Parts: sequence; C-alpha cells; structure tokens
Amino acid sequence: MGGISRRASELAKEENNNMQNSPIIEVRGISKTYEGGCEALRNLNMAFPRGELTTLLGPSGCGKTTLLKIIAGLLELTRGEVLIEGKKVDGPGPERAFVFQDFALMPWATVLRNVAFGLELRQVPKKERLEIARKYIDEVGLSGFETSYPHELSGGMRQRVGLARALAVDAEILLMDEPFASVDEQTRRKFQEDLLGLLETEKKTVVFVTHSIEEAIYLSDQVALMTPRPGSIMKIVNTKTERGRNPEEVRRDKKYLDCVEDLWQILKQYLV
Amino acid sequence: MHRATGAARAPCLSSPEGFQGALIFCDSASIRVGEPTSNLKLRAGQLSAKQREKGVRMPIVLRRYVNQRFLWRLVSLCLVFGAWELAGRKPISIAFPTFSSTMLALADLIKEGTLSSAYAVTLQPLAIGVLIIGILGVVCGIAMGLSRTFEWFTLPVFIIVQSAPMAALIPLITFLYGIGLAAKVLAVVLMAAPVIVLNSYKGIRNVNPSLIQMSRSFLGNRQQEIAKIIIPDASGLIFAGLRLGVASGFIGVVLAELLITPTGIGDLITYYRAIAEYPSMFASITSIIVFATVTVSLLQWLENILFRPERRGS
Repeated sequence: MGGISRRASELAKEENNNMQNSPIIEVRGISKTYEGGCEALRNLNMAFPRGELTTLLGPSGCGKTTLLKIIAGLLELTRGEVLIEGKKVDGPGPERAFVFQDFALMPWATVLRNVAFGLELRQVPKKERLEIARKYIDEVGLSGFETSYPHELSGGMRQRVGLARALAVDAEILLMDEPFASVDEQTRRKFQEDLLGLLETEKKTVVFVTHSIEEAIYLSDQVALMTPRPGSIMKIVNTKTERGRNPEEVRRDKKYLDCVEDLWQILKQYLV
Repeated sequence: MHRATGAARAPCLSSPEGFQGALIFCDSASIRVGEPTSNLKLRAGQLSAKQREKGVRMPIVLRRYVNQRFLWRLVSLCLVFGAWELAGRKPISIAFPTFSSTMLALADLIKEGTLSSAYAVTLQPLAIGVLIIGILGVVCGIAMGLSRTFEWFTLPVFIIVQSAPMAALIPLITFLYGIGLAAKVLAVVLMAAPVIVLNSYKGIRNVNPSLIQMSRSFLGNRQQEIAKIIIPDASGLIFAGLRLGVASGFIGVVLAELLITPTGIGDLITYYRAIAEYPSMFASITSIIVFATVTVSLLQWLENILFRPERRGS
C-alpha cells in the first residue's frame, strides 16, 4: 500500500518536473460497503497526477465505477477521504465534471440545452450559456445538430453531447465512466482519437473507467489496475505514449502491443 | 322498485364499461409498445452510415405505414359494425337494434338537439370532477413520489381504492351527499383518483436515476432537480394517468347518472329503455363511447403538441 503511493508520487515527480507535483486528486483509505453488505472497495489509496489521463482498469464488478462516483461525490463513502487540491470534499464540486456511461441526456431537451445544462443549473444567463454551449458543440464535432433531440442521434453522437456538457462547465477534472461502452467499435475508435485531440487543447485531468485493455493503454498516461471485489489498487502502470503521433502508428507500436499483453496476463488470473 | 330497475340496467350498463376497459387497455399498451419500436428505429439509424439521407427518406415510409394503419383500423371498424348489423337483423334479441337503425336514431337525436342538451348536463359533473382530481391527484401523486413519509402514509389507501369496485360505493355517496351535483362530482373523483394518483407516483419513482445523478454532479440543488429533471421525466406517465383518469371519469359520470338520478345521458339511456325505443337507447350509449374515445385521443394529441417537442418532428 505504502509502496504504491510512493510509486505514484515518484511517477508524478518524473512526469511533471516543471509543474506542481502535488496530485490534483488524492483518495485515502477509502472503503465502501453498500447497503446489504456488498463490500465494493477496501482501504483504497491512490493519487491522480495533474493534467494526466489515468485509467481505472480491472475485472468487472471490481468497483471501478464506485471509485469514480465516490471521487465525483455522487456516492457516500463508508470510510476514508477524498482530497481535491489538498482539500477534503464530500459532494460534487465545480472543479469536477462527469461523463456518464448511459449519456444521461434529457430526452425532452435539444442538444443545445443539454450541453448548456450544467451552466443552466449554475444560473449562467441564457445568452451566455448558449454561446458557450455552441462553442463546445462545435469542438466535439456536432455543429449543425444544435436543435436535434437526443433520440435523433446515434450512440456515439449522444456521448459527444455528454462530453460537450462536461467540457462546457470548465471543470479541471473530467470523470468518465465507461463513456464508450454503449458505442459501437468503429465509432469508439474515432471517438478515442478525437478525445485525445481535444485533451491536447483542453488540458484536463481525466479519470477514465474502462474494461477494455486496449482502450486503457491507448488513451492513458497511466493505468491503475484494480483487484476484484473488494477492490483496491493492485498496480499502477505507466503507459505514456508520445502524444501527437499518428494514431495508427500507436496501435501498431511494439511497446503498445507488449503492454496490452502484459496487462492481459495480469488480469487473466482473476478470470475463472 | 328503485333497486329492481338498477339490477335490470346492469346488462346495458356493462357495455359502455366494457368498451371503456378495452380502450384503457389499448391505450396503456400503446404507451409500452411505443418505447421499444422507437429504440429499434434508433438502432437501425445507428448502423446506417448515411443517417441523414435516411432521415430524408423516412417520412415517406412513415406515411405509408400510417396509411396502412388507418386502413386496418377502417377494416376493423367495418367488421365490428357489420357484425352488429347482422346480429341486429337476425335478431339476437328484440332489445338489440341494427347498426343502421341505431345510426338513424343517433342522427335524429342530434337533429332534435336532445343529445346536446343531455351532454350539457352530463359534462358538468364530469368537468368539475376531472378538474378537481386532475390537480389534486397529480399533486398528491408527486408528493407521494418525492416523500417517503407521505408515501408510507397514503399509498396503502390508494392501492385499496384502486382494487376496490368503486361503483359499490355510489349508494353510500347518495346516502351522504344526496342526489345533487355534489354526489355526481364525487363519483367522478372517486373513479378517476386512483389511476391519476398512482400514475403520477409511479412516474416520479421511475425517473431515470442517472439523470438525477447528472443533475447532482452538475451541482443542481433539490428544487432544480425536481423542476428540471424529475417532473419533466415523469410527465409522460403523469399525462397517461390523466388520460386514463378522464376515461374513468366518464365511467363515473355515467354510473352516477344511471344509479343516483337519471340526468343527462343517463336519463336518455334510462328513458329510451323504459319506453322500449332501443335504437335511441343504443344511440345514446354509442354517443358516450365515441365522445369518451375522442376526448381521450384529443388529450393525447394536445399533450404531444404542447409538451413533447421531441415527438412532434418524428
């Protein structure tokens, strides 16, 4: 446990020589037991370095989403604490935005209103928030669909709306819960490439939950491997690939393929 | 004497109620079925690469589909009316008129103005009752959905009221409220209340939990969550409850007019039955069935126009 957090901080130091090396999110000794006695997380410690994309990867039901929702302040924790910028939090905050697995779009609202919804809840004046929303709709590649309703869009497009909504509130931290799980394979690949492009300009800290090893390695700076329930962090793997390279090259890269294989060997032991 | 006529009325009474029942059933089935088909359409849309092109072609396919549905409805109506005509001609009972003679009698009733003056009377308790329970019932259902304490307090009552045959309470209403307008309004309220309240309650309880999490994660407070997420998301079921409530209100008002004092449309049915003018009696019954169906369909249409912008286009 101590070894892992030491390692994480070493990593952070290595990668962020010029930046502040304090982690932006820190979780300490988190345990979560659901009503009914299901223990999802046990004494979990982890630090998320600023400006990086960290993926939570593990066998299904290991509490990845639980951990993400605890960081988001959507779930109460049984024990432990979550620190954002060194301050303890116990609820959602303006510095965190969530992207949902099932998109969580309001079916009765247009794309424009959906994207502006975070700002609407913050009571930003209508003109201003629609302007911001239009900018992000354009950024995720949905311009022309402002007046469409979610049911008129494909799964991939709907998740782009979800992403635009999260970007529009200008949070430093993006929490993404299996955002591509209900999107078909081809759309997912395109979306992954676009997401990396977007993060290049937006400079966010991202915590990303997935069960796809390829996705984890392709997208992240580091992958946190979790043990089966009750979940805790087993290993943190640095997967930083040089950004800005041709996406196809990354997928053909020897190091990338080795990494996929290594993680698979680790995860395989937990499968029956 | 009074009780004896009440019992004799039972057969003709069961016919509007039975029809209403079928109407309610179709209505709720179409709500359930509507969801998966639209999903399927979306799936198909997802797979096709040229989605926009498909969007242009869709209406023609849709129009043909709608036309075909209209045709089948027409065929179904013709079959029912044809069977009615045959059964009347055979005849299965001297009290059972043919479809054509019923329609002629209906035309006469409309021409003489008998029907419109009857409806002017019948609609009064119906409108008042539906207005009262429409507002109170939705508020009560929403409160039950939002507050566990209120739910604990009221849900058992409505579950009992829903499964109890409310028509049996109508004599009690007469005992308490006499034979005036108040008793008839109360009959409408009692018949319509359970479905309106329980639908609103279920609507609130079945709100998509991830939309609520979404609202919380973007810092929505409880009031915003209720006004911007919970009530809009529940509105489909709330409106369905209101429509079914109006349909039940029709049952209530006809029951009241048959069992309490014959007024309005209940008076027409009772009167023509008493003087053995069966075509006119059936014309009155048919008119209330058609009127109820049209009203409930109009409500659906109005809901789509006013509150469902996302459905208008498709």
